[in-house]
This record gives sequence, structure tokens and C-alpha cells, in this order.
Amino acid sequence: MIAQLTVIERQRAILISVAVAICGGLIVIVGRGDPMGIHGALIFLVAFLMIFRIGANYYTPAPSEDRLASYYDDPSKVGIVLSMAWAVIGLAVGDWVAWQLAYPDLTFGQAWSSFGRLRPVHTTSVIFGFGGNALIATSFYVMQRTSRARLPDQVTPWFVVFGYNLFCLLAVTGYLMGVTQSKEYAEPEWYTDLWLVVVWVTYFVLYLRTLARRKEPHIYVSNWYYMAFILVVAILHIVNNLAVPVSLGHAKSYSAFSGVQDAMTQWWYGHNAVAFFLTAGFLGMMYYFLPMRAGRPIYSYRMSIISFWGITFFYMWAGSHHLHFTALPQWVQTLGMTFSLMLLIPSWASAGNVLLTLNGAWDKVRDDATLRFMMVAGVFYGLTTFEGSFMAIRSVNSLSHYTDWTIGHVHAGALGWVAMITFGSIYACVPWLWKRERMYSPRLVEAHFWLALSGSVIYVFAMWNSGIVQGLMWRTYNESGTLAYSFVDTLIAMHPYYIARAVGGLLFLIGGCLGAYNIWMTIRVPGASASRTSDVPEPAVVGAGALQAAE
Amino acid sequence: MSFFGFHYRLERKAIGLTLGIICAASIGGLVEIAPLFTIHQTVEDAPDMRVYTPLELAGRNIYIREGCYACHSQMIRTLRDEVDRYGPYSLAVESKYDHPMLWGSKRTGPDLARIGEKYSDPWHVEHLNNPRDVVPVSVMPAYGWLLTTELRTDDLGLHLKAQRAVGVPYTDDMIANAAADAYAQSNPDSPLADGVTKRYGKATTMRAFDGNPSHLTEMDALVAYLQILGRLTDAAHKTIAQGGAEQ
Repeated sequence: MIAQLTVIERQRAILISVAVAICGGLIVIVGRGDPMGIHGALIFLVAFLMIFRIGANYYTPAPSEDRLASYYDDPSKVGIVLSMAWAVIGLAVGDWVAWQLAYPDLTFGQAWSSFGRLRPVHTTSVIFGFGGNALIATSFYVMQRTSRARLPDQVTPWFVVFGYNLFCLLAVTGYLMGVTQSKEYAEPEWYTDLWLVVVWVTYFVLYLRTLARRKEPHIYVSNWYYMAFILVVAILHIVNNLAVPVSLGHAKSYSAFSGVQDAMTQWWYGHNAVAFFLTAGFLGMMYYFLPMRAGRPIYSYRMSIISFWGITFFYMWAGSHHLHFTALPQWVQTLGMTFSLMLLIPSWASAGNVLLTLNGAWDKVRDDATLRFMMVAGVFYGLTTFEGSFMAIRSVNSLSHYTDWTIGHVHAGALGWVAMITFGSIYACVPWLWKRERMYSPRLVEAHFWLALSGSVIYVFAMWNSGIVQGLMWRTYNESGTLAYSFVDTLIAMHPYYIARAVGGLLFLIGGCLGAYNIWMTIRVPGASASRTSDVPEPAVVGAGALQAAE
Repeated sequence: MSFFGFHYRLERKAIGLTLGIICAASIGGLVEIAPLFTIHQTVEDAPDMRVYTPLELAGRNIYIREGCYACHSQMIRTLRDEVDRYGPYSLAVESKYDHPMLWGSKRTGPDLARIGEKYSDPWHVEHLNNPRDVVPVSVMPAYGWLLTTELRTDDLGLHLKAQRAVGVPYTDDMIANAAADAYAQSNPDSPLADGVTKRYGKATTMRAFDGNPSHLTEMDALVAYLQILGRLTDAAHKTIAQGGAEQ
């Protein structure tokens, strides 16, 4: 990988690493006696390993100019491997905490292993580690091909990939030490947040720089979604994380907002992290890999436009449906509910686009587990967005809120849509990236598909049941007009569902491990017949060309 | 020119798309969040409301550190069964000093908005130490180390100062005496105890929360916090009483 860098790029990479190492050293000094100091040491260590790695290869011969004739895919390759590593970690921790809710002594008496600290480890690992790395890796891949332009330089993409993973590492190790802001899906503390801002701005500028070099006049729809994902996540991240640290040497900070304003800001962030991280980004992925794999153009260009702007505009209003019947003013709750219902239109425009694109390629869906991953992802996307709009209705929400129904809904989206479209895209992308004819074992892809599907279905059904049962028990009255069940009664009723959920999660985890193994073997075992010797035969403009034809 | 014709041209411009996305995505947040800071009725008035003592604040930080909010809400909704189960529905003013708020999103365990003084200190200590000793079917983790971990107090003044920077009305006097007040609140016989009541009011709960006045532990802080939940102001009880009278 380092052999691909020019001498000047190697120098820049070392310079950046030295700067990061100095920051790490400073944090060790000001943060001693606080968990922040440990993070400083971790930052220093990571930067030191980088310097060592580049330094050891510093005198390898410089690459030839030929490299500029093809796409730069090394960062995408590393991103995909990291994504699968985070997937295994995140799913394993998720299943562990699921078992903890059935058998609470599975913490083994340790502080770091209690549910409250492990839960954000799970959510951050799967959302940001697995999902985020997959988005970054595929966005580099897609933007180069749909623009027919190589990345502008070879250092910035590495900075984005490794900088982003440093963020994930600091976040996850922080939770284990009890460093958290408590803001859901935005738990990392202020210094980790600042670091992400630097990485994220670099990422967006890199995107614009690549687009500026494009040879395609039109920017393909996938790129709109990726751009919206990066831009809006930046806005959300900066506003939601405004805080004042106790001191420069304390990990702890206090949020700039309090009470009702903080609640609205957090759910404006939280719901749109779902919208722009877990939806827009992955729609970008879908709009490239699905038509490529199916060998068919996207069904409707106009539906993709309606879907894109609908999602970008409507979603930002919907966050307040997380706060029905709370101390948030009624008018905000009503706005949130209304826009949540309208969201169904752009959501189903994209879900419909998935299925109608496959119309005529159902034989491929039957035979090809990779394409089937994407098809099922589209179906789950449609179902989950319908369920989401439904649960945003005030009277439905009065039952579902605070219960496992919400957990079931989230996982229908996360397992059924996000993970499935990611696995499908990665299975499509890995043979292309590593110039293999196909995956190491198509049968393992098939096995993974059925494990993932059955795991998701078991999980979601278990949580629907437990959520609705619990919600109903909470509101049941005796004939005498008093509450029929104590809270403890509902806990006993939950137990079998918690076991079923953990079993479903286990199936999904096993599938993820098979996937990681299969991808690793595809990389390690050199393909006997490399079907692609250059990037050119890959139809770089399937989308753009096809879209114009549909005009 | 049709919308799609316009779009056909827009999608050739990276900066145009960028600006379009920023505009479309900003409106919702601006309309829903900005007025919450300016419309006065959003947060009720509660002249009797006091700030958290340093010990309670330290306990709140432990509550956050351990991720208690992942399973316990602090927001009683305006629904009959919730009011019957947990007490008067929560008002916005009650979390006015909560940076960040801990309303929560999931009740794996019960709501805690009004848990204060519902159970005794020894019950809380025993329950936190091992929940299954008092609630056999509980799925809550055991927090055994709280009783043995000394509470860090030397930086409490800095915590109060940061709280003041985000808008909580701590006085210079409170900031200067933060560590002493934390110690005295869990040691009511100490000569420093008068300072706590002077600064935070006579109603402040002063007890050896973990049962041992000679050691200031994380258990002291967490129980002190749990015992003040829902009791910083009377506003919610008053609102319910007035509402009942009107009906």
C-alpha cells in the first residue's frame, strides 16, 4: 500500500502522523489522572504505529505514472476489511448484551461489562464501525467510477479512513471506561467529537475535489445521497455536540442545551442520524450496486429525484415524534407526526425503485444470494419505513414508546435494511476490487443470507411481541380501576422473548462471521482466473448512461 | 421549465447540489428548535426550584457514566396509566438544569422521574449492590464497586463552573465550597453541614446515604441523586392539583 505513495505523499503522511502523535502526547500530559490521559496514550500509539509503518517502507521505489490511469482502490479495500471487523465486534457485543437482559449475571461483576457501558459499544460498533466504514469504502469506489475520475491524491483518503477509525476506537474504548455524554448515538466526548469534525470536513472536501475532476457531465444519483449523508451528518454532529468541557484535561463535558431544548436537539440529531447515516448513505450504495449486480438500469430517474429531495427535506422535521406526550410543546409533536407520515412517499419511492429495477431479473434474484441480499434489503426498507410512519402516529406511539417495539423497529431497519444492503454491496464489490472471478465460496454467501434473514425475522418478531405485550400490560386496569400489573410482572412476561431475541441475534452474528471469513479467504486465496485485469471493462457509467436513456 | 428539467441541470453542478442539500435540510430544524428558546411558555416558571448540590451532581455523573439512562426514563408522559404508576406527569421546568437531559427512550426498568424518597437509602444501597437481593426477577446489573470506590471531589468546583458556563445559576460561594459541601451532605454531624443548608436550602437532604458517614463513596453520590429526583421543585404537584380543581 505504501509503495503506491509517491515520496512527497509519504512525507506528508509522516508529517500528519507526527502532528497526531504530538496531540496524543499533549493529551497524555493535560489529561493525567483522568480517562482522557489513557486516550492520549492510545492516540499516540496509533500515530506512532503509522509513522513506523510508513518509515519502514519509506525507501521502497516510487510508483510509476501508470497508476494515474486507473482508480485508486486501496483505501476502499482497507475500509471493507475494517468494516467487517467492526461488524463482528459490534454484532458479538450486541448479542452479549441481549443475553445479559435474559441472564443479568453475565456481566461477571466487572464495571466495563455492564449493560449500560456495553450498549453504546454495540451501537457505535455497528452504526459507525460497520456501517460508517462500509459507507466510506463504497463511496470512494462509487464516486470514482460514476465520475470516471481518480481520487485527487493518495494521502487524503487514507487520512479519512484511518482518522475515522481512530474516532470509532476512541468512542468505544471511552464507553468501557465510562466516558460518555449520554446522548444517544452521539455518546463520544468533546475531544473525540472535535476530531471527527476534522475528519468529516476532509471527507467532504475530498468528495468535491473528486467530483471537480469528473469526466461525466452529470453527477450520478448515488453521489447525491452520499453528499447528503456527509453534509447533513456534519451539521447534526456539530450542533448536537455543542458542550463545555469541565477543563481541557477532563474528558467530561456539559451539554450546551438542557431539558426540553436538549431533548428536541438530541432527537433532531438521533432521528436524522437514522435518516442520513443509516438511510441516505445506504441508498447511495443501493443505487450503484443493485443496478450493477442485476445488470439492469434503475427503473425510474424521476422517482429517485422525488425520493432524494423528499428525504432530505421531510426527515429533518420528524425527530419530535420521539417525544410524544412528553413536556415538549404539543405543536412540535404534531409537526413531527405530520412530517413522519409524509415521509412514506419518498421512502416508498426508493423502495419501489429497488423492486421495479429487479422486475425482469427475478431469475437472478433466485440464483444469486448477493442480489437477494439487496432485494430483501429493499423489502425491509419499505416495511420499516411504513412501520416508522405508523409508530409516529400519536396514539400508536402511546403504546409503542418506551417498549421493545421500538427496539424491534430499529433492528428491522438495521439488520434487514442497512446490514443486508451492505453485505450485498460488499459481496458484489470484493471480487471487483481484488480482481477475482467470484467470492471464495458462493455457498457460504448463500448460508449467510439465510442466517441473516432468519436471524432478523426471529429478532423482530420477538421484539414486536414483547413490546406490544409490555405496552398493553402497563396500561391494563382492574375492574376496581387500579393498575392490573406491577412493573415486575412485565419483566417476567418479557423473559422468553428476550431469549428468542438473543437467539435471533446469534444467528445473525454467525452469518456475519461466515461473511468475514469468506471475504478474508477471497482476499487471501489468489484467484486462478482473474477476470478483470484493469478497471476499464467495468461499466463505470451504468447509472448515468442508463438514466439519460430513461429521460 | 419543468422541475425535472431544472433538476437535470442542477445535477451537473456539485456546488449547486451542496447548497440545495444544506437549504432543504436546515429548514425543519430551524422551525422546530429555534422557537423553543424564544417562546416563553415552553418552560414553566418554578421560583422554588433549586440547583443540584455538588454531591447530587456527582451522582448524576455516575448515573450517566454507567449508562443508567439506557434502561430508565425520567419522563412521565401525560397518560393516565403513567400518572397512576409513577406520579404527576413531568414538566419541562423540572429538567431545566439538566445538561444534558436524561428523559430516556426505553423502559427496560421503570421510570425514575419521581423515584426520590420513594424508597429508603438502605434499600437503594442494597439494590444497587445487587438488585436481585431485593427484586428477585430484576435484570439490572449489579454495581458492587460503588460502595468501595471513593468519590472524587477535588474537581467538583470545576464541574460547577462548567455548569455555570452553560447556564446553571451556581454562585461563586457554591463553586468555592463544592468539595466541602459534597463531604458535608453525606456527613450531617460535621461542622461543615451548616454551609450546605445555607447555600442549597433547609430542605436539602443531609444523610450518610451509604450508611457510613466516615467514607464518601460513589454510592453516597448516586443515592443522593436518586433521592432528589422529582423533588427539585413542587411545580408538577401544583399543576396537577390546579388541573384537578378546574375539572
